[in-house]
Amino acid sequence: MTWEPVIGLEIHVQLKTRSKMFCRCPVGFGAGENTQTCPVCLGFPGALPVVNRRAVEWTILLGLALGCEIPERAVFSRKNYFYPDLPKGYQISQYDQPSCVNGSVLLPTAGGDRLIGIVRAHLEEDAAKTVHVGGRAGRIGGADFSLVDYNRGGTPLVEIVTAPDIRSADEGKRFLQLLRQTIVELGISDAEMEKGTLRVDANVSVRPAGSAELRTRTEIKNMNSFNFIARGVDAEVERQIGVWESGGEVRQETYDFDAGSGRLTPRRAKEEADDYRYFPEPDLVPVEPPVELVERLRSELPELPATRIRRIEAALDLDRATVLVTGGLDGLWEETVAAGADPVATANVVANTLVGAGVDPAAVSAAEFSRLVEARDRIPRGAFDEAIARLADPGFSADPYLAQEAVSDTAELEPIVDAVLAANPGQVEAYRGGKDGLLGFFVGQVMKETQGKADPRIVNELVRAKLAE
Amino acid sequence: MTPLVDTLRLTAEEALGLVERREVSPGELHAAYLEAIGERDGELHAYLRTAEISDGASIPIALKDVISTKGVETTAGSRILESYVPVFDATVAARCKAAGLTLLGKTNTDEFAMGSSTENSAWGPSRNPWDPERVPGGSGGGTSAAVSAGLAPWGLGSDTGGSIKQPSALCGNVGLRPTYGSVSRYGVVAFASSLDQIGPVAKTVRDVALLYSIIAGRDASDSTTVELPEPVALPETDRLDGLRIAVPTQLESLDAIEPGVRAAFELTLGLARELGAEVGECDLPTSYRYGMPCYYLIAPAEASSNLARYDGVRYGPRADAPTYDEMVERTRDDGFGPEPKRRIMLGTYALSAGYYDAFYGQAQKVRTLLIREHREALERFDVIATPTSPTVAFPVGDKAADPLAMYACDLLTIPSCLAGLPGLSIPCGLSDGLPVGLQLLGPQFGENLLFRTGHALEQAIGFDTVPVRWREGSDPLGLTPADDEGSDPTGLTPEDTP
Amino acid sequence: MLHVARLARLALADDEVERLTDELAAILDAVGIVAELDLAAVPPTSHPLDVVNVWDDDEPRESLSLDDVFANAPARDGDLFRVPPTV
Repeated sequence: MTWEPVIGLEIHVQLKTRSKMFCRCPVGFGAGENTQTCPVCLGFPGALPVVNRRAVEWTILLGLALGCEIPERAVFSRKNYFYPDLPKGYQISQYDQPSCVNGSVLLPTAGGDRLIGIVRAHLEEDAAKTVHVGGRAGRIGGADFSLVDYNRGGTPLVEIVTAPDIRSADEGKRFLQLLRQTIVELGISDAEMEKGTLRVDANVSVRPAGSAELRTRTEIKNMNSFNFIARGVDAEVERQIGVWESGGEVRQETYDFDAGSGRLTPRRAKEEADDYRYFPEPDLVPVEPPVELVERLRSELPELPATRIRRIEAALDLDRATVLVTGGLDGLWEETVAAGADPVATANVVANTLVGAGVDPAAVSAAEFSRLVEARDRIPRGAFDEAIARLADPGFSADPYLAQEAVSDTAELEPIVDAVLAANPGQVEAYRGGKDGLLGFFVGQVMKETQGKADPRIVNELVRAKLAE
Repeated sequence: MTPLVDTLRLTAEEALGLVERREVSPGELHAAYLEAIGERDGELHAYLRTAEISDGASIPIALKDVISTKGVETTAGSRILESYVPVFDATVAARCKAAGLTLLGKTNTDEFAMGSSTENSAWGPSRNPWDPERVPGGSGGGTSAAVSAGLAPWGLGSDTGGSIKQPSALCGNVGLRPTYGSVSRYGVVAFASSLDQIGPVAKTVRDVALLYSIIAGRDASDSTTVELPEPVALPETDRLDGLRIAVPTQLESLDAIEPGVRAAFELTLGLARELGAEVGECDLPTSYRYGMPCYYLIAPAEASSNLARYDGVRYGPRADAPTYDEMVERTRDDGFGPEPKRRIMLGTYALSAGYYDAFYGQAQKVRTLLIREHREALERFDVIATPTSPTVAFPVGDKAADPLAMYACDLLTIPSCLAGLPGLSIPCGLSDGLPVGLQLLGPQFGENLLFRTGHALEQAIGFDTVPVRWREGSDPLGLTPADDEGSDPTGLTPEDTP
Repeated sequence: MLHVARLARLALADDEVERLTDELAAILDAVGIVAELDLAAVPPTSHPLDVVNVWDDDEPRESLSLDDVFANAPARDGDLFRVPPTV
């Protein structure tokens, strides 16, 4: 039987507002422990929350970018549970009346557009940070004590919940990359997984391909990179298929993904099962975003990454278009192409050489870059690479690099090719025995001998001809 | 040393006059009250602690111990906040300070303001100045006892279901539970957030109005406050011409109302008619049957959540235990007394999966009905009048073992609290030598109307706020209007006694 | 009852559980009469105040000093709150 994964994601995005969600303590990394706290975010008796208007606006903006409806009324509720990182004994979170509902995100794939449903996006406050100290091998279960820093507590957090519309780990990864880019371009979050400003949990189940059933799902938490998400989900899909195929039953469980071992470890089930006793937060009043506000935010939406992928894909292909857009490189690509450079060559140079050299695409002059891309085969390789690395320098001009010519004189290059082949008899034999891939090795050696000044096209032809002799 | 001032009868307005005319300095006034406290509070236990030094430019004030006072221990009557010293002032405390008022002390309260007698205070009950064998009411029994005994010119309480109005009635003083949203709750230890309001307690309606004008109005730190639609007006008039007063028909069949309370209430209605008011009937069918059940679902539900922060992590005593979970459970078990535990359990249950709709959800709908029927009544009438408490002060220990009997004390005060409406309690006579309170309810932000009504009635009633047992020889400033009034057991001046 | 006590994080003694069970049963009986009413068509009220959109601009203000943060702390460890292990 063929199995089909059914994947839904819950994504937490920490908003980069200047102050917290319900108090005006500053938000930011690097501050001393517990120095960004006040009676409100420490849950002192009598302290009361006040909504951060910008956080509400940004949530609506994000919802609009995700194609959501913005209901007339959103209500904050209390989610009640005990943990040292939760100073009030409840988390304030939108619950049954969130700010954004019923959206969908277009995910361009090789098989055509996929629509990933967005069930909701709601606003809540982040928990504080707990560090477990001592004990056996750093396991929480063996800690001697825990330490709490409330700086992060109360930071605004948007939770996005997708429908179970994702059909593979790779699709999930692509969706997340697109979502991340959307969030970054809206300017509402850094959305960096390593920093924890973007966090992803996955709900995973499998079913016989073609069926519409929804089987028991498990939840995977703690995946802090796009690749770990893909690996974690793949591992869980394989596990579940194994369980079903051996006649077993998948149980509803929550797993932590351990990046080191690539293994999933089940979390201890809590005896009181999640009974959060939600009720409307009586210390706050409802949010009823005025129509003018929603329309202003809608008009501020930039062209979304998915739309741009579809637009520039025509001149490239899906993978290149996706890499450019999710890397925030398509703007430079478009300007460079508009300045006359070849689309595919530009895409390759941008995605490989430029990114590899750590150049900030925003600081690059498209006109100069375009001239370089067009001259890429004419000028020496070394000069080209150096020019790319300096593209973002203030007042950069391509002129000195374009003045250099690559060595294309066969008479000058032939002895070098001969010498390289003579020095590598083993590889020559292997190539002639059918290892075509070694061509690049010989070309590379010649380029190295000429300090990058040879015209790689000519070298290529020469090497090929010599080896065919 | 003989104090310069006898505080027993002194109103806040009179005290302010003394200070303004420089007849007494703020420090001397403060000292006089401390002296009175030293003399009478041993018996009453109205205060949990007093502030020895006056640091303001005006007269002193007593604050209920649920109100955070920077640098001054604030326990909300609970062991779980033993030794807790706030690092910030509640907005109302800050506003009092800004007006020059000095903190005289923190007054006793039922634990977390949960109760109707102050017997639930972890620090022992307060006593009623009219009869120390009886309770002063609650939860704000400390503030009311203090005002009644001349241990403070005025004070602030908090009212969730009657905690200002009911003790004011039982101690014979004036108390206002303001419209929900008119006074900031910031820094006031929360009981039930959608019901809690802070309000003044004093000897006269004018004092209450004055103190209300100091604390009321929008506070940026409390999202549920609004600007008052009109400024507070100190009442002047002693007439009630054209005022339409409604009496709920349901009072008739409420057996819980004692005959003596009913009699004083009826007499007061007669006075109102004499002052020019029309007295008619309104219908509040849901209020007296379902108000209390509704309240005892909503308030405990919110309380169960509000009291979750007492976990021994950031403040308060902490029980010794090997794990976080056990530490929290033992800290809370040790720290909370029986009443908070009862309400936490009740509220947790009412919110828990499978019971929410039948209990909390249903109570929220009953609340809608209560709002509607009060609105309808107040479309036809200006104010609604009822007794504040169905009974006069009861003996200490009488209801302590029976939660439901204690809950019934707030039968008449609860419905309007659920509806978010303002209520003023003024003393309207004596029954068996103990004060009876009249409750006046108005529309949202109708405080000025309640002040005018209450003031006119107060003048007509002529109630002597000094407990009978202390009246002899307690008049160094000559403030008693008539010499023979002091011993009148009805508390009414001769000319007003029908 | 034990489940509710566990949700509320109250370590109740056995006699307390017994007493509370009786008391809560009586209270629930009394408050349970709200079930008599047919309120299917009545909207719930979670708040007596008819106000919306109360919020604050995103302008940071000063936080507490560390002295104030830890003024009442039962266990301070450096600039962190110390608690027994969470499992």
